[in-house]
Amino acid sequence: MCTTCGCGSNETTIDGAKVHVDGSSAHDHSHSDAHTHEHSHAHGDEHGRLHHHGTASAHSRTVSLEEDILAKNKLLAERNRGWFAGRDVFALNLMSSPGAGKTSILERTIRDLQGEITIDVLEGDQATTSDAERIRATGAHAVQINTGTGCHLDAHMVAHGVERLDLKQGTMLMIENVGNLVCPALFDLGEHVRVIVMSVTEGDDKPLKYPHMYRSGQLLLINKLDLLPYVRFDVARCISNARQINPELEVLTLSAEKGDGMRDWYDWLRTRYPRRRVA
Amino acid sequence: MHELSIATAIVEACVERAGSDRILRIRVEVGHLAAVLPDSLRFCFELCAKGTTAEGAILEILEIPGRAVCEACGESILLSSPFGRCACGGKLEIVAGQELKMRDMEIA
Repeated sequence: MCTTCGCGSNETTIDGAKVHVDGSSAHDHSHSDAHTHEHSHAHGDEHGRLHHHGTASAHSRTVSLEEDILAKNKLLAERNRGWFAGRDVFALNLMSSPGAGKTSILERTIRDLQGEITIDVLEGDQATTSDAERIRATGAHAVQINTGTGCHLDAHMVAHGVERLDLKQGTMLMIENVGNLVCPALFDLGEHVRVIVMSVTEGDDKPLKYPHMYRSGQLLLINKLDLLPYVRFDVARCISNARQINPELEVLTLSAEKGDGMRDWYDWLRTRYPRRRVA
Repeated sequence: MHELSIATAIVEACVERAGSDRILRIRVEVGHLAAVLPDSLRFCFELCAKGTTAEGAILEILEIPGRAVCEACGESILLSSPFGRCACGGKLEIVAGQELKMRDMEIA
């Protein structure tokens, strides 16, 4: 296990470089900036707090844990949130199935809001750096996180990705999660808002099929509106299905390809992040 | 697949707390609405525990049924999925079934 922040050596890479190849010594990420990504582990104290009660056998004893299994991820997510707050960074976690159009939405958003909102991007995929390259082609800063066989981003990967990104004060951070409608729902990254993206080619019953994901989001973007004449997709039924799972879910329909509805999305971003800085 | 991350989190937390002791059994609570498959979690746990002080330990999973209370009429309802409405039309508040918690462990 990494002695600096407790992460185990794994197959995650950021812009092609291993996050932690060897936990025993070298820990090449610098914390020279104001990054409050603390790495304290009160091991001694941990043991001191154990409650010993009852013995299951002559030699064994039961130790109470009473802890959330994802406590560590939640702690790291809170650190990320604090770090974002300290820099006036507004973070969005974009989640969808593969191919719903997350990257296309980001490309168009970055281009259209250039000069108004500075948007940096953390790209999550199992493999390849192609999404980060697409984002960089727009002129925005992007860092690619490759999770290997991992099916979601976690708060720890985001902390390291953000270090690499070197976010400036007042930036909007778009975190594009691994395309997957199941696993990412469970992992808090420290984001302020969760945006679910779906496309009209997916079927209007999708919210019912993946209730955990739809329950966890605040905004649903229904993309590829331009393809509506060619597919069997009932927008109203989809929205009704989504609200059955999550009555508070906001919904916007758009086409990243043709531009329909994008203005509503930009207005939504402006409302949610009024303290934006001009680039 | 996120069961692998969850199993890793369980093993890491327990091994750290157990110090030099061997872990014989770990009891966790998994709610029916937590989007975690117990069988898959057991399988992943066995893999993750290999080579640690938790190797060979029994992962005891206490499954917690989903339960909600209607905000309008106060009726308590069993839930098998994390959404729904009360028969009276009221909104449901989930009160159980989302657990993902380590309860205790037996060490020697």
